[in-house]
Amino acid sequence: MTAEPIILAEKLTKIFTSRKKRTRTSFTAVDGIDLRIEPGELVGYIGPNGAGKSTTIKMLTGILTPTSGTLRVAGHEPQRERVRLARRIGVVFGQRTTLWWDLPLKDSFTLLQRLYKIPPDRFVANLAYYTEALDLGPFLDRPVRQLSLGQRMRGDITAALLHDPAVVYLDEPTIGLDVVSKHAVREFLSDLNRRSGTTILLTTHDIADIERLCSRVVAIDHGRVTYDGSLDALRADRDLETVVRELYLGRSLVDTTE
Amino acid sequence: MAELSPRPVDERPLSGPVAYLLLVRMWSKSASQYRVSLMLTSLAQLLTTSLDLIAIVVIYAQVQTIAGFTLPETLYLYGTTRLAFGLSDLVASGVENLATTIRLGNFDLVLIRPVSSLAQALADQFTPKRFGKLVAPLITLGWALDTLPVQWTVLKILVCIGTVVSGFVIYCALWVLTGCISFIAVDAQEVSNSFTYGSEFATEYPLQIFGRPLGLALTFVLPVAFVTWQPSLYVLGHADPFGLPGFLRFASPFAAAVLSAVAALAWRGCVRRYRSTGS
Repeated sequence: MTAEPIILAEKLTKIFTSRKKRTRTSFTAVDGIDLRIEPGELVGYIGPNGAGKSTTIKMLTGILTPTSGTLRVAGHEPQRERVRLARRIGVVFGQRTTLWWDLPLKDSFTLLQRLYKIPPDRFVANLAYYTEALDLGPFLDRPVRQLSLGQRMRGDITAALLHDPAVVYLDEPTIGLDVVSKHAVREFLSDLNRRSGTTILLTTHDIADIERLCSRVVAIDHGRVTYDGSLDALRADRDLETVVRELYLGRSLVDTTE
Repeated sequence: MAELSPRPVDERPLSGPVAYLLLVRMWSKSASQYRVSLMLTSLAQLLTTSLDLIAIVVIYAQVQTIAGFTLPETLYLYGTTRLAFGLSDLVASGVENLATTIRLGNFDLVLIRPVSSLAQALADQFTPKRFGKLVAPLITLGWALDTLPVQWTVLKILVCIGTVVSGFVIYCALWVLTGCISFIAVDAQEVSNSFTYGSEFATEYPLQIFGRPLGLALTFVLPVAFVTWQPSLYVLGHADPFGLPGFLRFASPFAAAVLSAVAALAWRGCVRRYRSTGS
């Protein structure tokens, strides 16, 4: 049985237009991306700032409506079936928290149980598992505003996973974390992918995240795919950092002639 | 932790009203973490909403009627409008934060939840202090109803209740529509306030004191006049000083229904065109 890809994008495009004093300006953030991700893959999605990574992820989650192209995630059309899709995906924005600032960490989790209709036994089991795996025990009862960045990130990751999502998007999950927290987060994500077969799409600027976690790398620049292949092929000749720098500087490793 | 990710058993999303109540409970809990602040701001809300009430009473100490309306009649208008607005403020004024939410890019976080975005926007930063705004209108309306020389019939009671309910719905729809403006112009909070707060001020006073052109404009441009003016003319037994047809006295619920539908459609359109910000 060949499984359907969990993420399938064809000629995915997003053009932002803005009107200022009657002059229309448009900006193509994502320019005809093709992407096919199978269930259980752990893919690193990289590219310089402004390359279109976040815009792509926002279309994959249904936050933004694509200008053109087709897109399916976990059998849903993201923007049109946003609410249904939301039950099947988890999202972590490294620079933002979805937790309730003034309330104890575990209150955010109990709210999510209700919002996502997580069956009680499932919720209890998952929370116990993540509390153990991410060592949340010592601060479950503390208001989120009192948590360190590393603790909060672990809380946010748990919040994105409690409902057993089939796909998880992590947007710079290790940003600003110290070495120990980074390591803990990486180990956890690797374990999650291996144990539960959760598909993970990860954006990061941290080479070590990619080396440790991703078997496949997709690079984009100016809204176009500049590399899509295995990590090993990417670093076959030279060290990863050099290749990534070249990609960031605009070199393309895919055949773009059509 | 299971070996695979099963599809959720119950595929139907949580209903909007249930999600709304859950979020309201969370925000209330958040607000009550700062108990003293909550108590003081509730008191402040109670006092500030009583100020224009005092102004009305002071004016009537000098004159018998304004534009043919006695003090209890004016207080009936004031009470029903304020109550309708206070209830909408309680339930829906969370959309006021939308401009900030959108500007900071945090509306993204709303859209990743499997519940109605409108329910989340309405519940945003709910605080129990808003109950303070209901005290003055309830007392005022109670006094007005007790004092008015109105022969109450079943129809008049229904129209009276309908006034508050329709007003509440119309104001909620206005809140949503002004929230939509935030999607278009992110720094639009001030523009929005001139719609909601401004129109509330207008309907508290007998419309006639604003003169015919403005009165007509308020009746049709903004459906605010339906909130209390038209149905109250019926309850109080006044002829319409502007001479508008009689069926308008009973048109409030229809105006409320139409405006809600418009607001719901506008909201859907805005969310679809949401642009997000930054990375």
